[in-house]
Amino acid sequence: MTLTVTDLAIARGGIPVLEGLTFTLEPGQALILRGPNGAGKTTLLRTLAGLQQPLAGRIDGAEDRIAYAGHSDGLKPTLSVTENLTFWASVFGGRDIGPALEAFRLGDLADRHAGNLSAGQKRRLGLSRLLVTGRPIWMLDEPTVSLDREAVAMFAGAVRTHLAQGGSALIATHIDLGLDGTILDVGPYKAKPVLDSDFDGGFL
Amino acid sequence: MIALLKRDLVLALRAGGGFGLGLAFFLIVTVLVPFSVGPQSALLGTIAPGVLWLGALLACLLSLDRLLALDWEDGTLDLLATAPLPLESVVTIKALAHWLATGLPLVLAAPVLGVLLNLPGPGFLWMVISLALGTPALSVIGTFGAALTVGLKRGGLLLSLLVLPLYVPTLIYGAEVARRGAEGMTVATPLMMLAGISAAVIALLPFASAAVLRVNLR
Amino acid sequence: MSISTRLNALWEYANPRKFLATTERVLPVLWLLTAVTLIGGLVWGFFFTPDDYRQGSTVKIIYIHVPSAFLATSAWFMMLITSLVWLIRRHHVSALASRAAAPIGAVMTLIALVTGAIWGQPMWGTWWEWDPRLTSFLVLFLFYLGYMALWEAIEDPDTAADLTSVLCLVGSVFAVLSRYAVYFWNQGLHQGASVLRAGAVAGTDTTEKVSNVYAYPLLLSMAGFFLLFVALVFYRTGTEIRARRIKALLARERVNG
Repeated sequence: MTLTVTDLAIARGGIPVLEGLTFTLEPGQALILRGPNGAGKTTLLRTLAGLQQPLAGRIDGAEDRIAYAGHSDGLKPTLSVTENLTFWASVFGGRDIGPALEAFRLGDLADRHAGNLSAGQKRRLGLSRLLVTGRPIWMLDEPTVSLDREAVAMFAGAVRTHLAQGGSALIATHIDLGLDGTILDVGPYKAKPVLDSDFDGGFL
Repeated sequence: MIALLKRDLVLALRAGGGFGLGLAFFLIVTVLVPFSVGPQSALLGTIAPGVLWLGALLACLLSLDRLLALDWEDGTLDLLATAPLPLESVVTIKALAHWLATGLPLVLAAPVLGVLLNLPGPGFLWMVISLALGTPALSVIGTFGAALTVGLKRGGLLLSLLVLPLYVPTLIYGAEVARRGAEGMTVATPLMMLAGISAAVIALLPFASAAVLRVNLR
Repeated sequence: MSISTRLNALWEYANPRKFLATTERVLPVLWLLTAVTLIGGLVWGFFFTPDDYRQGSTVKIIYIHVPSAFLATSAWFMMLITSLVWLIRRHHVSALASRAAAPIGAVMTLIALVTGAIWGQPMWGTWWEWDPRLTSFLVLFLFYLGYMALWEAIEDPDTAADLTSVLCLVGSVFAVLSRYAVYFWNQGLHQGASVLRAGAVAGTDTTEKVSNVYAYPLLLSMAGFFLLFVALVFYRTGTEIRARRIKALLARERVNG
């Protein structure tokens, strides 16, 4: 099923940041989100994931189908790699964590506490969570932060497999992942400043 | 849901005494009371139900500021909010985990501490019953306070300021049950009120907690 | 004009600009009316009523005590309604009115408590008694403190409005519960509410009635306190609206800058 976004307007801290955003995300497609810092990429991903309400517009086909990965990985330092992953697997319906561990080569670290992992290893664990959710649409916010070159390739491979299985991904990133995805530049959709005469509910 | 409960309990065990901390606090408060009011056993026996209730209430308060704040900081709450689990269940499970890790040990420890305070014989049973009925409400109300203040940097003090007034009815009826029980009086009315408040709070407040959590997450 | 269009006309005041324009016109009249009623009521009450045969002139603190106690609860009730309006219809003015009313309500509660203590000293022989009425006002004061502290603590104004509104709703339920709990806990010295009982004012109800000599100036000063409350809420809401507008303008400046 396709994710369809129609005429979307979003706000951060009550200030509109993007408006008139329209795009579709087909199964098997990867969309790379580009735009300067503060353009509203994170806000867009959070809105699509249902964490905040859009100002206007429609989002179709997102309900219960999105796996979101933000800046933090939601890992507990006192739980082991396996325990962390098993927890998320059971929250999302109890999938086997074996393939996820394998895809991000976490097998050797399985019994280590997450608190003892390096930043890159933590990130790999955080990303492997996507595989155990079984959700078709991945929403990734700067997924390659603190990953080395090898791990980036690992991640790109996981995304490619996901796409080949009919999944889709929306990725906010500044580095080239080597994916043949479409690029969506949010720059042109920057919200226009509201005029003073509209001094109503919004106080502007 | 079971997974979340299990994880929270394991975390409470591993994070260096989530179980022990509230309990130790309860013990220390109880031990300090005779130092402050004097060692006369008759006086201690009279105030024991109230002191135990107040000590349990403060011990419950102690761990509330980490109840949701840790999950908020490491992004777990964001991820849980996008998971198939409704936030209403998440906050209920969180409250249940808090009760199992903090409230239940307090209930079990209360008779032992009652001995220290010279609690009269018939009071022990009602002390345990009133705490067992009342502490779940304290956990659920506390979860609401934690959800309100989860995004704040110095939420701890504010959390106490918000939660303590909400604890008033539970404290009054709970301590009344324990006090009347200790004096051998009939406890039916306050017991009914206590049970009623606990039931209503557990049934309704998670909706408010989930609502404020959603506001804080956006 | 049908009732529904009249109700719709009421919502127009939810527009901050309209609210400011209207209150700016109304406020001078309101201040004047407040001054006349309040001073009239208090002067009448303090200087032109006889001393009570039992209580002497202490009884005259009633002209501050009763109106402030009345407003302490009314202010919370108003906040409950404006909070509901914000949650349901998301009118910013409504949320800001709740915020504006809270400190006034808290001060009224404090006045009621302090005058109660001053009155209680000669009457009951003690400054403070854990009387259920006094105690429930003390609890109400704690609720006000928590509510105001939450507003102050949250930076984003819409988040703050949402959270404080839910707190106000939940707090109202718990305030009522606390009141009953406190009455159960200790039956008190304080007399029952004796001013707004119809029989008491009409003089047909002879138990603990407030005699007419005292009742009329009391009603006048209650009206005065009420007008003062309305005027202060209008004034403070206006201030909140302007503060909010400055915040919004600055935020837009940052975004565009």
